[in-house]
Amino acid sequence: MQFDTTELISFMTNWSVILPALLTTVLMAILAQVLGIALGLVAALAGRSRNPVVHGIATVYVWIFRGTPVLVQILLLYFGVPVLLGGIDPFPTTYGSLPTLIGGAFVAATLALGVNEGAYMSEIIRAGILSVDAGQAEAAKSLGMTPRKTMSRIVLPQAMRVIVPPLGNEFNNMLKTTSLASVITVTELVMVAEMRYAGTFKPFEPLVGISIYYLAMTTVWGFVQARIERKLGAGLNRNDDEPGFWSRTLSVSRGAPHSGGMR
Amino acid sequence: MTTPSGHIHGTDVKVSKDLLAAIGGAPTSSTELVVDAQHVNKWFGKLHVLQDVSLEVKRQEVVVILGPSGSGKTTFIRCVNHLEKIQQGRISVNGHLIGYREVDGRLVEDKEANIARQRQEIGMVFQRFNLFPHKTALENIIEAPVQVKGMARVEALEMGKALLQRVGLAAKADAYPAQLSGGQQQRVAIARALAMKPALMLFDEPTSALDPEMIGEVLEVMKELAREGMTMIVVTHEMGFAREVADRVVMMDEGRVVEEGTPEAFFSNPSNERTKSFLAKIL
Ligand SMILES: Nc1ncnc2c1ncn2[C@@H]1O[C@H](COP(=O)(O)OP(=O)(O)OP(=O)(O)O)[C@@H](O)[C@H]1O
Ligand SMILES: [Mg+2]
Repeated sequence: MQFDTTELISFMTNWSVILPALLTTVLMAILAQVLGIALGLVAALAGRSRNPVVHGIATVYVWIFRGTPVLVQILLLYFGVPVLLGGIDPFPTTYGSLPTLIGGAFVAATLALGVNEGAYMSEIIRAGILSVDAGQAEAAKSLGMTPRKTMSRIVLPQAMRVIVPPLGNEFNNMLKTTSLASVITVTELVMVAEMRYAGTFKPFEPLVGISIYYLAMTTVWGFVQARIERKLGAGLNRNDDEPGFWSRTLSVSRGAPHSGGMR
Repeated sequence: MTTPSGHIHGTDVKVSKDLLAAIGGAPTSSTELVVDAQHVNKWFGKLHVLQDVSLEVKRQEVVVILGPSGSGKTTFIRCVNHLEKIQQGRISVNGHLIGYREVDGRLVEDKEANIARQRQEIGMVFQRFNLFPHKTALENIIEAPVQVKGMARVEALEMGKALLQRVGLAAKADAYPAQLSGGQQQRVAIARALAMKPALMLFDEPTSALDPEMIGEVLEVMKELAREGMTMIVVTHEMGFAREVADRVVMMDEGRVVEEGTPEAFFSNPSNERTKSFLAKIL
């Protein structure tokens, strides 16, 4: 069997199919990542609570969602939750006025990916908070700042430097993990490839095609990530008189406390 | 110190006068006792770090706490602004119980918001400065007045600049902590604490992390503060400062106050054996 370049190009430039799929993939990744950051922050803060119930919920959340496959979580949410809810289907094919791109499967996949991501972000944010010297919080408290103000004004801004590099890796991962949404019929890149070769019996070309698109997306993100990190680390490689905050203060250790793979 | 003229002799004062003028003068209040600690006991696990410690500090008094390493000096002053819990006894600042409130005759830990409010009137200066590294000197100073007291930013900036001037760092307003020497950082830290107009200042070995040539500039600021009538508890190994500035010297050992007196009596005629051997080592 030969590789059919014409088929590859024909698939990759079938814009009416490819563009919505690309948009779906990127949108799903961004929304899930944002949800993951929000949940991760809540879980990280809850995990520091002295209230055993609050602390317990955060611990169990991280335990469950890091300990089971995200694919299973997607399936459970999409097929399981409607069963639990009885007659109500929270994930219909379309939501009335919303664009068809954002149907029930899209929402279920995004939620599942986001909730799963929150468990990982929680650990990353926790590590970031722990990286800030305890004296910082004490100084803030001694000035009369409440725990909340201490966290938002003093600790978290300093934790960002440790949080951002692994966060970038998480998003790279997320772009690719969205491919799992194809199992619940979200029309993202893998789905359109499968639909293509179901008719042509030529799986090789569309799979190579979407790989090129994934590679393009992660590569672009890689540049964006490098830019952001350079901004945070400004001063490390600049010669001006006023080096940026991040490099001046918290010099070393740019390693990620967590680097994901497909879960 | 009881009178502003006090027993301070003219050393080479580098900072300008009127530190407290920058925050509107020395705080006054009807309560004569600023700190009233009674029978404080604290344990770290099994370790009995504070054993029946009592200390009273009057308004405008400067108390220096001395003692060997591990004697509980840091722990005690951290209890005064409730950075540490106590298990027995009570500590009041300006007449208000710190960290606890009384419920049915028992002391229960107060709400975070109340504790935070109480800490506003207690300034603390740390051995390691603990300036906020992501903020400039001026931003460090205005952070709490703006965020905690809701002071208008313009007003806070004006006060912050005045304070920086008072500690001799007017030119460093826009410098980040990492761009300042240790001595400069500690002076900013003092200004930051003063910006909350505290009734009491706690110092935990404020010069111990400094190179010798920078100790003087920080002590100078502290002397000026004392001269202007700030109530202060100072943990330090700087005997010169203790002799010159302290109204009272308190010696701690193994979690207890073992001797207390005027600097004159304390240094020339210590009665306690522990004090004698401690002074013999340190002087
Ligand atoms: N968080 C803590 N947990 C357990 N033990 C502690 C803690 N902090 C202090 N200690 C112990 O309590 C005792 C008193 O410590 P503290 O720091 O108050 O002494 P110090 O007089 O300030 O000493 P130094 O002059 O070395 O600063 C020491 O034995 C110390 O090891
Ligand atoms: Mg100490």
